[in-house]
Amino acid sequence: MTALVIRGGHLIDPAGGVDALKDILLRDGRVAEIAGPGKLKHTEDAEVLDATGLTVAPGLIDLHVHLREPGQGYKETIATGTAAAAAGGFTSVAAMPNTTPVNDSPETTRWMQAPERGAVVRVFPIAAATRGSKGEAINDYAALKAAGAVAVSDDGLPILKDNIMREALAAAARMGLTVIQHAEDTRLTHIGDKVASMNVGPTAFKLGLRGWPNEAESVIVERDIRLTHELRELRPHLHVAHISTAAAIAAVRQARRNGLRVTCEVTPHHFLLTDEHVGLYDTNAKMCPPLRSAADRDALIEALLDGVVDAIATDHAPHAVHEKEVEFERAPNGIIGLETALGLSLRWLHHEWKMPLGRVLNLLSAQPAALLGLKGRGTLAVGSYADAVIFDPKAEWTYHTREGKSKSRNTPFDGFAMQGRVRWTISEGRIAYDSAL
Amino acid sequence: MTPTTTKTRRPLATPPVAASPFPYNPGSLLSVYDLTLEALSHLLARATALENQDPLIRARILAKRRIALLFYESSTRTRTSFELAAKGLGADTTLVSDKSSSIEKGESLKDTGLTLRALGAEAIIIRHPNSGAAWQLEAETRLPVLNAGDGMHEHPTQALLDLRTILAHLRPGVEEITPETLAGVTVSITGDILHSRVARSNMLLLPRLGARVILCGPPALLPEVAAQAGPGIEIERDFEAVLRQSQVMMMLRIQAERLAGLQLDLDEYKAVYQLTGQRLAAFAPTAVVLHPGPIIRGLELTAGVADGPQSSILEQVRNGVAIRMAVVERALSANQGGRA
Repeated sequence: MTALVIRGGHLIDPAGGVDALKDILLRDGRVAEIAGPGKLKHTEDAEVLDATGLTVAPGLIDLHVHLREPGQGYKETIATGTAAAAAGGFTSVAAMPNTTPVNDSPETTRWMQAPERGAVVRVFPIAAATRGSKGEAINDYAALKAAGAVAVSDDGLPILKDNIMREALAAAARMGLTVIQHAEDTRLTHIGDKVASMNVGPTAFKLGLRGWPNEAESVIVERDIRLTHELRELRPHLHVAHISTAAAIAAVRQARRNGLRVTCEVTPHHFLLTDEHVGLYDTNAKMCPPLRSAADRDALIEALLDGVVDAIATDHAPHAVHEKEVEFERAPNGIIGLETALGLSLRWLHHEWKMPLGRVLNLLSAQPAALLGLKGRGTLAVGSYADAVIFDPKAEWTYHTREGKSKSRNTPFDGFAMQGRVRWTISEGRIAYDSAL
Repeated sequence: MTPTTTKTRRPLATPPVAASPFPYNPGSLLSVYDLTLEALSHLLARATALENQDPLIRARILAKRRIALLFYESSTRTRTSFELAAKGLGADTTLVSDKSSSIEKGESLKDTGLTLRALGAEAIIIRHPNSGAAWQLEAETRLPVLNAGDGMHEHPTQALLDLRTILAHLRPGVEEITPETLAGVTVSITGDILHSRVARSNMLLLPRLGARVILCGPPALLPEVAAQAGPGIEIERDFEAVLRQSQVMMMLRIQAERLAGLQLDLDEYKAVYQLTGQRLAAFAPTAVVLHPGPIIRGLELTAGVADGPQSSILEQVRNGVAIRMAVVERALSANQGGRA
C-alpha cells in the first residue's frame, strides 16, 4: 500500500486537540505520523501533496444520505453518490435504507458495502428499523449490526406506533445501535388522499398548498423522548433526523438537560432557507420536513451556535430531473447536498455567524462519528483512519449544479456563493477526490 | 471550544429570497400580481371596447391565431367564456382535456405543453387541480399562459370579472383604476376560503384598489393565517356582522372535491353561513351579491337570493366573456402590462 505525505498544511483536528502547521504521513490507510513542518521521518517512498496555505481536517462524515442503491440507480448510484461525497470533502456517508428493496436485511446491508459498488469513500449502511420500513415489526438488529449496519431508521417514514418505537429503542440499545427517527406524524401531514407539500403558514396559504404543521414533527420528538426516558435503564440512543422546528429543538434541549441520550442533526437547507425560498413552486425547494418559517430557521441557527445540535447532515436525496419537473404537489421530496454542505457551512456558520472553524468541522466530522460509534474516524490522531479533507478555507466560489458529481441536479443552491474549496479528499489513505483532475 | 452565547446575539444575515423570474412571457396572466393598476385600467377599457365592437370587425383582431385550452378539471363558465372570447376575436381554439387525451396515458404537463406549442399554439389557457401548474407550464413553454384556475391558488380572470361587476355597480363610469378607486368599499368573501382560488385572487387584487376585504367562514375552511396573505384583509366569523358591513357579498361553494376527508356538518354550516332572503333583507338590503359559480342552491345561498334582485351572478358570467376577450387579446399582443 502506498504512503502519502500531506505537507505544509494547517492541521485542524478538534478531536485530537491540534490546530497548527503540521506535516502528516499516511500509510496503509492509517495516520502513521504527525510532525512539525519538515520534521516527518520515514517519508522516502511517499507521494507528496503540497498543502501549503490549505487546511487539513478529518474527512467529513455525513450521517444522513440516500445513495438510492439498490433499485433506484437512475437517481444515484453508490459510485456516483460517493463521488459527490468525496467532491464535498466527505469520507464517510451513512446510507439510509429507503431503497428498492428497503434495506432491512443483512444481505442488502452487505451488498451495499461490496467493492463491486465502486464506492470511493466509506459507506456505512443504516438498516431499516422495521421490516420493509412498514413500522409494524422490528428487524433482527444483531444480524444487521454484524453485517455492518451502524444505526437503524425507517427514514422517509416515521416509526409511528408507540409500542414499535419502544421495542426499537430497547432492541437497539441492547445492540449499542442508535435509532434515527424521521419525526413526522403522518396523521397530521397526510389529509385524506392529499399530502402536505410545504410548511404551514402564510406562504403555503398564499400558494394554495396544504401545510405541514410544526406539531407533526414535535409530537413525535416528544413521544420518542418520553419513551427514551421510560427506557432510561437501557441507555437508549435516540437521534432525531433533519430537525426543523423550534419546538422539537426545545424538546431535545430539555431531554439533554434530563440526562437522556438524545441527539439531533440539522441540514444546511433548514438552517439557511425558509418557506419563502419555495418561491413560485420551485420543486428543488421541496423536501420533507419542509423549509420552515424564519422563526424556526432562527431557532436552528441558535441551536447550532449554542451546541444543542450535534451534527450537520445533508439528507442528500437525489431525484431525476423528470421527477422534479412536475407540478409542485406531485414532485418527490428531497434535494442533493453532499457537494454544498462544507461550502455553505463555512460561508454562513463560520464566515457570517462567526462560529469557530474547529466547531464547524466538529459538527461535520468528530460529532457525527461519535454519534454513529465510528471508531478511528472524525479525527486525524496517529493510528486513526487516514480520512482527510484538504481545503482552501478562504476560497470563495459559486456552486453550479451542472458541474456536480451527483447523478442528480435537484438543489435550491444552484448559483449560491460558497466558501472553502476542497482540493483533495483522502479516504483511508487513497485520494478519492482531486480538484485538479 | 467556547459555545457562543445567544444572549448577545446580533441579527444574523441569511440568504435572500431571489426575485421571481415570472412571468417569462409578458402576455401571460398567471396571477393578479401580473397586472399593474395601469395595465388593469387598460384591460378593463379593452373589455368594454371589445364588448361593444362589431363582431365581424372584432373577429379580425386575432384571425386564425391558435389558442389551446388545456383543461385538467371540469368547467362550464370559465372554459366556455374563454372559448367564446378567443373565437370572438377570430382565433382558432382547440380544447385538450385530461379525459380523452394522452394525459390519460400519463403524458406529463411539460410534454403536453411542448406538444401544444409544436402544434402551433401561440397561447395556452390552463385549468389544473394542482396549485402552481400554470407557472410550471409557462416556465416549460415560455408561451403566453393564461391561468384559468390552478388548484387552490389563483383564478385571476375571475377576480377581474368580479372587479368589473363590482365597478359597474359601485363605481359606474370609472375609467382609470387607482389605489383609491374602491376606497370605502367593503367586499366580504364567505365560505370555503381555504380551498378557493377565487378567494385568493380577489383578496390579493381588491385591496390594491383600496377595498377592505373581510373573510368569513368556519375555522376549518378559513384558517387565521389567511389574514396574513396580504394587506387589507380581515377575518370576521360573525356572518351577521359581515352582512352589516358589506357593500359586496361574495359567496363561495363548499369544494367537496378538495375537502380531502375534512368532515363538515352541512346543516350546521347552513345555519350559520347560508345567505338567505331574511338575512339579506335584515342586514344588507343594498349589497351586491356575487358568486363565482357553480352555485349550490340551498347550501351557501338560497334559491331566492340567487334569483333575487340583489344577485349579480349572471352578470358576472356575462362579464367573463368581455374580460377574457381583453385578456386573450393582451396575451397575443406582447409588452402590455408588466408586473405589479
